[in-house]
Amino acid sequence: MRSRICREVDSFRIAFMQTAEKTLDEILTLAAAHFKVPREKLSPDADFFKALGIDSLQTLDLLTRLEQHFNVELPDYELQGVTDFRTLASKIQARL
Amino acid sequence: MQPFKGQALSWELSGGVVELALHRLPLNEIGSLMLAELEQFASALPDLESQAHALILYSKLSSGFCAGADLRELYARSSALEKAQALAGVRDFLERIHSVLNRIDASTLTTIAAVHGVTFGGGFELALTCDLIIADKMARFCFPELRLGLIPGFGGIPRLKRDLGNSVVRDLLLTGRSINATKAQQIGLVSQVVSEGEALRAARATAAQIGKFDRQTAVTSKKFIKPIPYDELRQEIDLFCELFSRPAVEAGLKKFVESSDAQPYLP
Repeated sequence: MRSRICREVDSFRIAFMQTAEKTLDEILTLAAAHFKVPREKLSPDADFFKALGIDSLQTLDLLTRLEQHFNVELPDYELQGVTDFRTLASKIQARL
Repeated sequence: MQPFKGQALSWELSGGVVELALHRLPLNEIGSLMLAELEQFASALPDLESQAHALILYSKLSSGFCAGADLRELYARSSALEKAQALAGVRDFLERIHSVLNRIDASTLTTIAAVHGVTFGGGFELALTCDLIIADKMARFCFPELRLGLIPGFGGIPRLKRDLGNSVVRDLLLTGRSINATKAQQIGLVSQVVSEGEALRAARATAAQIGKFDRQTAVTSKKFIKPIPYDELRQEIDLFCELFSRPAVEAGLKKFVESSDAQPYLP
């Protein structure tokens, strides 16, 4: 019984991890396509302001596109200080 | 009526529709130049109202509708003056912009704001004077004034309260967060959300539809359903001036003007 529960917990964890990875991947793909940056040049831990070369207006544009793509609301203050794609993905993941 | 082409805005009348276009770089900030031309527009309104049925407000700039008050000008002017003089200047500016926005709000024309991109602070307040807001799906709305130690000063709170529930007003005001067009439609702020670049086209189609109705009936309906909260608007000017005289505001303005942050509208 205990091992069955453990297996289920493990499979749930794997499913969740895959979803988190998928979220990150989708962010990178969306950002690369919209800001015309080669996808392979964007790494999960990169500073997205630098990697995408975006200013404050383009940051708002990215925020809106991410909200639309994932159908979530992302209050600006939750993203304050967030500079890398991986953390951004975790913020989105928390609202899916 | 002759079209008007100014440095900050232009207007023209065609087919019973007045189109007022904002085009002052960087993002249609409302400072002394924009205010002076908005006053010219308000003076021309009686004439325009006699020849048209609708007014569309929109921006020709790709970055958005309007970023709000010109904070750089406000900071430069107020920091060069004595406190009392600076406060008198702010009160004068508020009285003038309220007069213009109240006039647009009360226009007999059916008014439509066609917005895209940044629609912040005073820009949001300008859109709120209109009967309908049609938003491009990339539009974002925000009242970031609290970051400066201020409240919106161009009639934002009374007009938002007129249109939306108090809890929504508190959310937007007290958090200073920005919301997208879909959210704005969900809360009842925006009447139509359209694809990128389509807000003006949708506004023109809406204006054409409005033109099919009897004008007097439309004017009577608007007057009946859209009261102007004059008492609260007056209170807002007093509250704004009360807050403006505190040192926190000068510090907030300085921080904003000197900021190179990616989200300078956040504290």
